[in-house]
Amino acid sequence: MIRVELIRRPQQSALFSALSPFIAFALTLIAGAILFWLIGKPPLPALYSYFIEPLTEIWSVHELIIKATPLILIAVGLSVCYISNNWNIGAEGQFIFGGIVGSLLPILVPGFGGPLLLPLMMIMGMIGGAAYAAIPAFLKTRFNTNEILTSLMLVYVAQLFLDWLARGVFRDPNGSGFPGSIRFPAVARLPEIAPSQGGAHLGIVFAIVAALVVWFMLRSTLKGFEVRLIGTSPRAGRFAGFSASKMAFFAFLTSGALAGLAGITEVSGAIGQLRETISPGYGFTAIIVAFLGRLNPIGIVAAGLVLALTYLGGEAAQISLGVSDKVARVFQGMLLFFVLGCDTLIHYRIRLVRRAIASALEKS
Amino acid sequence: MKKLVLGLASALAIMVATSASAQDKYKACFIYLGPKTDGGWTQAHDIGRQYVEEKLGDKVETAYLENVPEGPDSQRAIERFARSGCGIIFTTSFGYMDPTLAVAEKFPDVKFEHATGFKTAPNVTTYNSRFYQGRYIIGKIAGKMSKTGVAGYIASFPIPEVVMGINGFLLGARSVNPDFKLKVVWVNTWHDAGKEADAAKALIDQGVDIITQHTDSAAPMQIAEERGIHAFGQAFDQIEAGPNAQLTAIMDTWGPYYVKKIQAAMDGTWKGGEQSWDGLAEGILAMAPYTNMPDDVKAMAEDTEAKIESGELHPFTGPVNKQDGTVWLKEGEVSDDGTLLGMDFYVEGVDDKLPQ
Amino acid sequence: MEIAQNILLTIATAATPLLIAAIGELIVERSGVLNLGVEGMMVIGAVCGFAAAILTGNAWIGVAAGIAGGALLSLLFGFLTLSLATNQVATGLSLTLLGIGLSGLIGEGFVGKAGVRLPTLDIPVLTDIPLVGRLIFGQDPIFYMSIALTAGVMWFLFRTRAGLTLRSIGDNHKSAHALGIPVIRYRYLAVMFGGACAGLAGAHLSIVYTPQWVENMTAGRGWIALALVVFGSWRPWRVLAGAYLFGAVTIGQLHAQALGFGIPSQLLSSLPYLATIVVLVLISRDRRLTTMNTPASLGQPFVPDR
Repeated sequence: MIRVELIRRPQQSALFSALSPFIAFALTLIAGAILFWLIGKPPLPALYSYFIEPLTEIWSVHELIIKATPLILIAVGLSVCYISNNWNIGAEGQFIFGGIVGSLLPILVPGFGGPLLLPLMMIMGMIGGAAYAAIPAFLKTRFNTNEILTSLMLVYVAQLFLDWLARGVFRDPNGSGFPGSIRFPAVARLPEIAPSQGGAHLGIVFAIVAALVVWFMLRSTLKGFEVRLIGTSPRAGRFAGFSASKMAFFAFLTSGALAGLAGITEVSGAIGQLRETISPGYGFTAIIVAFLGRLNPIGIVAAGLVLALTYLGGEAAQISLGVSDKVARVFQGMLLFFVLGCDTLIHYRIRLVRRAIASALEKS
Repeated sequence: MKKLVLGLASALAIMVATSASAQDKYKACFIYLGPKTDGGWTQAHDIGRQYVEEKLGDKVETAYLENVPEGPDSQRAIERFARSGCGIIFTTSFGYMDPTLAVAEKFPDVKFEHATGFKTAPNVTTYNSRFYQGRYIIGKIAGKMSKTGVAGYIASFPIPEVVMGINGFLLGARSVNPDFKLKVVWVNTWHDAGKEADAAKALIDQGVDIITQHTDSAAPMQIAEERGIHAFGQAFDQIEAGPNAQLTAIMDTWGPYYVKKIQAAMDGTWKGGEQSWDGLAEGILAMAPYTNMPDDVKAMAEDTEAKIESGELHPFTGPVNKQDGTVWLKEGEVSDDGTLLGMDFYVEGVDDKLPQ
Repeated sequence: MEIAQNILLTIATAATPLLIAAIGELIVERSGVLNLGVEGMMVIGAVCGFAAAILTGNAWIGVAAGIAGGALLSLLFGFLTLSLATNQVATGLSLTLLGIGLSGLIGEGFVGKAGVRLPTLDIPVLTDIPLVGRLIFGQDPIFYMSIALTAGVMWFLFRTRAGLTLRSIGDNHKSAHALGIPVIRYRYLAVMFGGACAGLAGAHLSIVYTPQWVENMTAGRGWIALALVVFGSWRPWRVLAGAYLFGAVTIGQLHAQALGFGIPSQLLSSLPYLATIVVLVLISRDRRLTTMNTPASLGQPFVPDR
């Protein structure tokens, strides 16, 4: 019987901080090769189409960016929540509300155009997301209601509300009775970065700017100190004169606003209309991205791109080798486990101990 | 490390390239919204794809992507297909409409077929199935078989297709029992077996003795079997789930259509811009054997099926009033296809309200 | 009035998988571990249960396989979060991704097959009592297991030494460790119990509720179970009340639709979620009660110092 034993390092290992993603990647390659071999697919071409093929063409890189944009935006906001110990798992709902509120202008005031339209839409999207995130924050601070439940339940409510809107009052009158709003006019569409090469839109710029701002805020401002202090020790925060209630609002509003921005960015940039569903679960996947990026905004950018790659790679492998979608998902799960597991090396040394020896050691 | 990775990558690239050059079959590709084994809509399309492989054999190679969400993901998936050498791409969900058109514009040499949509282009056609013909037949059977005169309808989402189905069913039922009533429950999902079962139970508890559904799973059929009432199969023959309950089933049989269109694409006779809406006559849908009913009802059903197939009978023939009592179709008037495809109103007698 | 009994039976069937999965997760969280992978373990339980039941023709073997499948998957979560101290939230969510993929893979050959149903209880005379007979004496065995499980967990947590130990680990793993309690071992057992319960809940879906296998057939029920643990503020009987409240509102809205009130179905469908929020707001105003029951070290990794 072999037991895993962790020994805390005196301080974070800078070496493993940098190295652990690579170790994880190597392990994933090995395990992946075994997995593909087991299901009777050639391992090397499968790994190639999974990790490299999506990056070999410019248009595909654009698609990677499109997929990563909402994940990064949401996860950056969530990092503030999680560092400050506010368990917002309802970013999906805030994303949807951002999409709805941001779409109000192009749908309800179709004649309104001009250079102000897009900025207004983005701001309204942020307000929508923040307002929806304010509900769990308010219930938490005022009524002591657990935010895990409220934020999660509000996701379903938001989904149904959007469904109702897209099939009812917001439905395109010329859409032959099908759900979905009018298609946004060009002035209401986020411009593409390099239209001749692919579809990536301005959203990625928002995502990177958001990551940098939050990174700077967390690292070098008093507010950032407050976020971290309240997160690690609410008591110490109280002694320092910080209010946990205000922090709950700050964290929820920040992450709600960013999720909302992601929502309207997706609607205005990638989709082009308000549909009855606008997210294949970005709000939940972003939670993984946030932790994969170790709650560090810069790390989150990298994590978002990696996770997006696993989606694109899964498709490429399906097309070129007929690897089933389920295998792609199992592989994605494996990769995440390896990455998470290897991060342990940053804080701990791992020792494998034979049980007999271990108990002998304990006795002595 | 870096060199090793690069070396590995180029080695892999060579392997992939050689394996790809070996094939020059015609490639037909399919994009699915759900898992290919969802027991409903998507599975029916995948069975159609398998039918293609069976019929056209060596001449064709098929590929599919499943679980592709509508929105940007679908556009990417379609584009990846277009770039990977697909000659014809079938996009099998309404929500793929705009992405299909966007990719089609970029790849004028690839042929696209979009299911259930209404927009076409020089290299995009649409195709659909006249499910309402089947709905009308099962409505008539329900009108004859129901003792309480009330049927339950488990509906997914209020889109024209579903509304058309509800109307077709009720018109069929009322053609044999003018007082027939219909209770509608929207479950707001295509596939959640548990919820569909709950809806079936709720409807039965409220006195319906026949269940029909426009959702994917066989759960309502199982409940009908358990409670000793009748039901109609959806998308497939579900006789296994309800040996005593199933009266018949509306079966989606896309296979022949796919074979026809892929053959046309290979022969060079495929034409874009068309909107195809086949029915029982063309074999894009079929009725499962009529079971668990007296001979006279069976004869009536077979007769109705034959009349619809021959074109003698159109389910949406006047006089038909809308739900609010206003006239929709005058005596003898037949609805045009456009109104049916965009149907957003109920006919008289439906006990439900549509979101407006 | 048979309709009342029928409605109650429907509610019980809808609530049972939620209750079982939530009770399992309650034990996990009471030990201080947050496993967000309930949905993944549940769907694995559903497919393993269905497959084993069909292959052996015995529904009980299916139930056992469901439990084993869920427990096995939870072991993976346990290894990562307990032995390697990975982040619990991210690991749990990844477990859900893996579980959904894996279940699809296992279930590929079983789609569309008629399942094996667990027979309901049938006691002569008693089951036929009008109004309450089937409710008390005529349900499926897993329903009775869910009630027994709730009572058992209550007894375990508040009446046994091991339960007290488990709660103390959840409240403060450092001092529990200092007292010589094997924190990690307790947590492994708790995580596996949670996995087994999620697996049983999944097997209920594919063997009792709707005896069939469809990909993703849990359809988010694992998430509801997670919310119910919070709703019940980590107390078994409240979790039971929450599961039945949720079930009742879900079924009630379907009846409201069938009656044809003309209320938008989306509004009706969102009622269970809104109701849960409102009720939780009302009961969590007593701050003392909620903080008393919240495991203080929930979600924090623990590594014993040496």
